Amino acid sequence: MTGLLDRVAHLGKWVIGVLIGLGAFARLCAAVIARLPRVVKRMELVSAQVHFLGNHSLAIILVSGLFVGLVLGLQGYYTLRRYGSEEALGLLVALSLVRELGPVVTALLFAGRAGTSLTAEIGLMKAGEQLAALEAMAVDPVERILGPRFLGGFIAMPLLAALFSALGVVGGWLVGVALIGVDAGVFWSQMSEGVDFWNDIINGVVKSMVFGFAVTSIALYMGYSSRPTPEGVSRATTATVVAGSLAVLGLDFVLTALMFSSN
Amino acid sequence: MGNAGSTSPSSTTPALRFNDVQFSYGRRPIIDSLSLEVRQGELLAIMGGSGVGKTTLLRLVAGLVRPTNGSIELLGEPLRIDDQESLYALRKRIGLLFQFGALFTDLNCFENVAFPLREHSRLSESLLKDLVLLKLEAVGLRGAASLMPSEISGGMGRRVALARAVALDPELILYDEPFAGLDPISLGVTARLIRRLNDALGATSIVVTHDVAETFAIANRVAVLAPSERGARLVALGTPEELRNSVDPYVRQFLAGDESGPVQFHMAAAALEDDFL
Repeated sequence: MTGLLDRVAHLGKWVIGVLIGLGAFARLCAAVIARLPRVVKRMELVSAQVHFLGNHSLAIILVSGLFVGLVLGLQGYYTLRRYGSEEALGLLVALSLVRELGPVVTALLFAGRAGTSLTAEIGLMKAGEQLAALEAMAVDPVERILGPRFLGGFIAMPLLAALFSALGVVGGWLVGVALIGVDAGVFWSQMSEGVDFWNDIINGVVKSMVFGFAVTSIALYMGYSSRPTPEGVSRATTATVVAGSLAVLGLDFVLTALMFSSN
Repeated sequence: MGNAGSTSPSSTTPALRFNDVQFSYGRRPIIDSLSLEVRQGELLAIMGGSGVGKTTLLRLVAGLVRPTNGSIELLGEPLRIDDQESLYALRKRIGLLFQFGALFTDLNCFENVAFPLREHSRLSESLLKDLVLLKLEAVGLRGAASLMPSEISGGMGRRVALARAVALDPELILYDEPFAGLDPISLGVTARLIRRLNDALGATSIVVTHDVAETFAIANRVAVLAPSERGARLVALGTPEELRNSVDPYVRQFLAGDESGPVQFHMAAAALEDDFL
């Protein structure tokens, strides 16, 4: 009986801990969003973060996009050939990328590359008392440090997703047209006719913006709330990848259901 | 040196007043009912054993932590942590030197010192450059302006942090262990600099330190904190001369660095034979 009670108490403690964490996360997000009007007045800080987060993630995003496109082209061709629909390869590659793989894979890579770097940077600033030093100098760290990084991640994500999708289409073209010999005209015309700007491209952009919000805010929260020790920063960095990736996959399901259920 | 009190502290409104301040981290008491006034223009040293709560006292003054009980008046105004606008207005009038400098690691020494000026003033770039170089010159590190914090020693880093702490010519300057890790030359120069800055700026300074000789040479008054079960308490407050003549056993032990006295060097533990035999 005591063992059961202990387990219930343990579960209760865990649930309370999760709820406290979610509450703190929501409060931090609200604090960052409330300061955005002042953050946008210092666009030089935001553009530096777009450059830092975007530029440093560019190589992995472009290479991954190309390889995903190559695989998609190959697998798509094998499948479509069974039904004699090889000409639809361009459409398949493009829709897969702009609707799903572009935003989702970019967000997962972004969480692993830029998200961890954000968490480690904020965590180390906290451990080195740099955030406290800002406070002591009457500089709000949420506005000066978190705000520009949040906006930088939010802006960089859709741009990276667009580049991922573009390189993916190039990869699909390389395999389908240049390697296997699908007709280039059919490849491009099917794509341009079948991909709808609002339903497919804009929805994909909206997805990547939502993922950018989720991954960046999680990364900033994990760093800001980390214990100011090497172990604390290490745990926070890992937690960013885990929570960020799960949030992206969960949100993707919800967004897909909302956006494409009528198609 | 021996120039303590070269500027007589004025005795009008205190620069800082603790009114029965208590502080605890969770259930662990740190500060016990502290009441203390720091006069304008004076240099007050706060001394006490490691972990007694000296740094916490500075963090209370800077509004980085909130008192559990009691209140603090800073530069004639109540310290209100909930009101960010008034808190930040007060913080612009104080400078805080952190124990380990807390320099921004992605900015070079020049930009670290320029940071508060860029954030809180609209100086032209040429004027800002002159001011920053003057502050760095004062701490003897104008030549390190272009170096990154990772390229200078810990002691040099703290001197850059000192230049940053006084960049806005604050009315109250808080120093957390400014002498730790400094070589004898830097230590003497830094101690004299702290005194000189206090007098030149017409500021009030609070120095948390363990270094008895240098501190007694520059301080107007010294406060000694001692640990107790209910947190640190003020056991002595007076001029360096008064403290030298103190009969308080804790003060005598602290100043003489004795192993025997009210503070035990060895933490309570099992009998030696239990662990070694």
